[in-house]
Amino acid sequence: MKKRQASPLGRIFMILVYLFLYAPIFVLIVFSFNSSKSRSVWTGFTFKWYTELFQDSSILSSLGTTLLVSVLSALIATLVGTIAAVGFFNMKKRWSTPLLSVNNIPVMNADIVTGVSLCLAFVAAGSFLKFKLGFGTLLIAHITFNIPYVILSVMPKLQQMDKHLVDAAQDLGCTWSQAFVKVIMPEIMPGIVNGAIIAFTMSVDDFVISYFTAGSKVQTLAMNIYSMTRKRISPKINAVSTLLFLVVMILLIIVNIRESRQNAEAERKKLKAASEP
Amino acid sequence: MKPKYFAIPYVGWMALFIVIPLVLIVVYAFSNASGGFTLDNFSNMLTYSGVFGRSFWLAFLATVICILIGYPVAYAIAQEPAHRQRTLMLLIMLPMWMNFLLRTYAWMSLLENTGLINKLLGLIGLPAAHMINTPGAVVLGMVYNFLPFMILPINSVIVKIDKNLLEAAQDLGANKVEIFRRVIFPLSLPGVLSGITMVFVPSVSTFVISKLLGGGTDLLLGDLIEMQFLGTAYNPHLGSAISLVMMIIVMIAMYLMNKFGSGEETAVMM
Repeated sequence: MKKRQASPLGRIFMILVYLFLYAPIFVLIVFSFNSSKSRSVWTGFTFKWYTELFQDSSILSSLGTTLLVSVLSALIATLVGTIAAVGFFNMKKRWSTPLLSVNNIPVMNADIVTGVSLCLAFVAAGSFLKFKLGFGTLLIAHITFNIPYVILSVMPKLQQMDKHLVDAAQDLGCTWSQAFVKVIMPEIMPGIVNGAIIAFTMSVDDFVISYFTAGSKVQTLAMNIYSMTRKRISPKINAVSTLLFLVVMILLIIVNIRESRQNAEAERKKLKAASEP
Repeated sequence: MKPKYFAIPYVGWMALFIVIPLVLIVVYAFSNASGGFTLDNFSNMLTYSGVFGRSFWLAFLATVICILIGYPVAYAIAQEPAHRQRTLMLLIMLPMWMNFLLRTYAWMSLLENTGLINKLLGLIGLPAAHMINTPGAVVLGMVYNFLPFMILPINSVIVKIDKNLLEAAQDLGANKVEIFRRVIFPLSLPGVLSGITMVFVPSVSTFVISKLLGGGTDLLLGDLIEMQFLGTAYNPHLGSAISLVMMIIVMIAMYLMNKFGSGEETAVMM
């Protein structure tokens, strides 16, 4: 059989597209080490933008806000979303189908519409209950757009699960909650972890919804970068980008190595099981 | 407690933070500052019909370019051996994990009049081109930011196509072009359709890309909405009306596309 690979033309096209995707990021990284403020003329190597970055209290505090809101919203969304997914799964189709389409609205809708609609609701509620836009509203907004992703990644795992497992556990004397912890949880765990990761990255990446719901006092990193690009441009932005890119790359490599190791392990077990009589 | 009641807290949450906010958009769209019912917001929108036209046109262009670039790449990646496919798709997704403001900012510094591209053009003796603050730059920004959303669904659909079907087509005498046209392409259409949604919706509603790469002079729908809520032209009623109309046009477009796209006959004819 012929070896599987793309045609030479396909290969060339692929390389061009990867160049298109990575060239701007590469330039961004190179100029984070440029000694002058110029973004097109190389004047010499320096680390000064990185040291300035770590002394910039506004960048550091907005980074803290981003991490805090992402971690909190991902945790809460994972908890609420998993419980809700189990609930939807055990409902009659007649009820769960329309409810799941409401759940899909934040995923399908344009971010700006989600953002302004929440902004309207928070401002209206705030004038009654005497509160202002701030970290609380930002967190609620993030939880709201994160839960649908958790549900969308937990639901398929529930559907793949053998329904008789829960019945069997209950026949063997488990209460429903014991069956949930001992049987359902381990089965749907990959979906839960996946949902939590998606929720976290959605939160870190979000700009538009935060922009409309955080008010004027609280700033996420993305909002800070936006205000920097609107005012004076400093190579500190390049330094932030470089650091974020490295963090993401290292995380992805770790996840990838772990997964391929697990795959190899599973493959080995399968072979071993097959070779035994 | 029965497990079917587990969803109740979240149903309450959805009512509070998904349904009520959207209802508020409708209420604001049909009312004025003093709270009375009015259709003025919609008639005032006519002055902005140019913005509607421009937004949908640029988003349409970006979507078409994403298909033209994304489909061949998704297809070429699917031809590679499985272990290499994993790495290649990871490399497609990696830029997506970087904040999209930073990705847009990267293009800002490349396209500037004194930017790197013009410096390189000067080196090989070509005249400098004016690129930043043009509609072309905005479309480029959309394509760059949302291209992975096109490649991802198309690739995952092509990878799942049953290889036996391709062999069957070959046995029945189809050549490579025919196999692609009559088997692979129709079967990959669902991926293309979800790619179109994932590129078109963020493109038509963006305000960051148009502000950073378009210079903020040629307004897009996203800019207009942002101005009504947080900007100088504060008028949430008009902003809500614009959001509502944009949402409805997008919904109708997606509905029509899915209706025509899922019919098998149209797929085979194409």
